[in-house]
Amino acid sequence: MATDRFQGHDYYLMDELLTEEHKLIRSSVRDWVKKEVSPIVEDACQKAEFPKQWIKGLAEIGAFGPYIPEEYGGGGLDQIAYGLIMQELERGDSGLRSTASVQSSLVMYPIYTYGSEEQRKKYLPKLASGEMMGCFGLTEPDHGSNPNGMVSNIKDKGDHFILNGAKMWISNAPFADIAVVWAKDEQGIIRGMIVERGMKGFSTPETHGKWSLRASATGELVFDNVIVPKENILPNVKGLKGPLGCLNSARYGISWGVIGAAMDCYDSALRYSKERIQFGKPIGGFQLQQKKLAEMITEITKAQLLTWRLGVLKNEGRATPAQISMAKRNNVNMALQIAREARQIHGGMGITGEFPIMRHMMNLESVITYEGTHDIHLLITGMDVTGIAAFE
Amino acid sequence: MKILVCISHVPDTTAKIIFTPDNKEFVSQGVTFIINPYDEIALARAIELTDGGKGTVTAINIGDISTEPTIRKALAIGATDAIRVNAAPRDGYFVAAQIAQIAKQNNYDIILCGRESSDHNGASVPSMIAEMLGVPAISSAKKLDVEGTNANLEREIEGGKEMVSTSFPFVAGASEGMAEPKIPNMRGIMSARTKPLTVVEPVDAPELSKIVSYDKPVSRSSVKMIAQEDAGKLWDMIREEKKII
Ligand SMILES: Cc1cc2nc3c(=O)[nH]c(=O)nc-3n(C[C@H](O)[C@H](O)[C@H](O)COP(=O)(O)OP(=O)(O)OC[C@H]3O[C@@H](n4cnc5c(N)ncnc54)[C@H](O)[C@@H]3O)c2cc1C
Repeated sequence: MATDRFQGHDYYLMDELLTEEHKLIRSSVRDWVKKEVSPIVEDACQKAEFPKQWIKGLAEIGAFGPYIPEEYGGGGLDQIAYGLIMQELERGDSGLRSTASVQSSLVMYPIYTYGSEEQRKKYLPKLASGEMMGCFGLTEPDHGSNPNGMVSNIKDKGDHFILNGAKMWISNAPFADIAVVWAKDEQGIIRGMIVERGMKGFSTPETHGKWSLRASATGELVFDNVIVPKENILPNVKGLKGPLGCLNSARYGISWGVIGAAMDCYDSALRYSKERIQFGKPIGGFQLQQKKLAEMITEITKAQLLTWRLGVLKNEGRATPAQISMAKRNNVNMALQIAREARQIHGGMGITGEFPIMRHMMNLESVITYEGTHDIHLLITGMDVTGIAAFE
Repeated sequence: MKILVCISHVPDTTAKIIFTPDNKEFVSQGVTFIINPYDEIALARAIELTDGGKGTVTAINIGDISTEPTIRKALAIGATDAIRVNAAPRDGYFVAAQIAQIAKQNNYDIILCGRESSDHNGASVPSMIAEMLGVPAISSAKKLDVEGTNANLEREIEGGKEMVSTSFPFVAGASEGMAEPKIPNMRGIMSARTKPLTVVEPVDAPELSKIVSYDKPVSRSSVKMIAQEDAGKLWDMIREEKKII
């Protein structure tokens, strides 16, 4: 990819709503992405490889557990800081942001929220420093949008459980040291547990051939009579609300993250429209291109307001799952539409790796599907406003 | 080892530069400010030299309260503490006088500046501080190594480099190559919250020079293409139309 000339966009002077520390965190992550990610991300995606050297950098810039208290190795930051970190990472690449989202919201969050004090002390500091990487196993081959139907299960054997089943589409699985896994007990109640690499009967085959999130490793989790010690069970949650609580935190991060991808596409399209001359003038001077650009910045600005407000509510502990669904759905779709339009503004150049657009566009096809599909989030809003569930 | 690093608060290098209609003042509204890039190099080298408990790094800035985020960034990058002299940085002499005053009180071994600031490009402050303190000044240094209380520096000169050696205390202006600027990490940002930032009032310094006005470079005129068959007219155009010759 050519030199990363990205500049942030702040049409409604939203920066005035941020603290100096928020802005310092944002600029530090942006600088890190420009230095360590942009120069190699294109190549990593072409080769479908997750650059392992990013792990240390992600840990140093505080991307692993930014809102987990400092005593467990986290950053002790607020939700807006978490959002800004996700925004800057996804500005670089959605796969990079996915790695950080999974580690923070889907692995550290459940261990912190549902785990015992021993589990917190054992895992959280290592996860924060990147010494240990985690993944989150909820989705199964036959249960995606309907996780409640899962068939992975545990059987009580006195001092341990025996885990059987399979999980699919699991980000970070191929290299994760631990997996936070959700499975049903003999009463059919969903329980969370920490499965460690090396446990007998546990394997993580990689999923190949993705056209999306190529710089993020995805795989399966296969459990064949895995012995899970009882102290690895997350003691403080039972039922679907366990995994859903994690998803809330991750979806919130995604609603910020995709603004990064959208801004990168807009920023590139805006610059290109002023530099590319056709019919004797910059293409940005034609009304059709201006319509695209004007709509892009309008949508980005609306999304920024949505996430900022959601962040304030989340800091106060008042953000509802349905509010988070609305922001995830709106913002991912906004980013995907912007990527598509921005690709057209770049003409033929838009399909090459010289520009980040096509990569963002393909990545966002995963982002609009995982953590609750675009349709499912609409049904959540529908249920919230009517009081009637339309899932089944 | 005690190092003082001078931090200047300058407009982002990509900022749009606008002056007031009378061309007397820079319009800072809506402009993002950063640590002067050469000062970032100086700061990075100071942190490297004192790494592992080998000394302290104090960041100093002459500015009003609006420069504090820039100073906090220096603390987040790794400075031990910071001093802000509460005054507008009127000109190079004024700034140097403030820094020299602080330096006299604290006996620093090394005073590091950027070789120039990216806003006014005066490149005069390091030498003025040295003069006021009566210590050596090494401008535009690309390398700085310390051995005991001696330092070896490398300066860029036309077509080559110059090796300089001096002993503590001295003032140097950092240039590209002395160190890689550092990006603050999360631990640094968090610890910067509680690192000491002392605010002191300025000392008097005479106003020896004054900026009368600013002018932006004239924008480059567009290229005029001449058809191949009209190449002969080029001479007339240069002489008659443009009056260059
Ligand atoms: C790259 C990638 C990484 C992922 N990482 C993880 C991970 O780390 N951990 C994890 O657990 N999972 C992960 N997932 C899985 C992801 O969360 C699921 O793909 C997602 O929940 C959708 O499930 P599904 O693919 O089975 O689709 P399905 O649920 O089969 O949905 C197919 C289509 O049917 C629609 N649909 C389903 N139900 C309804 C309904 N009731 N009403 C109307 N429409 C409906 C959906 O909206 C969708 O359009 C990842 C997925 C991808 C692509």
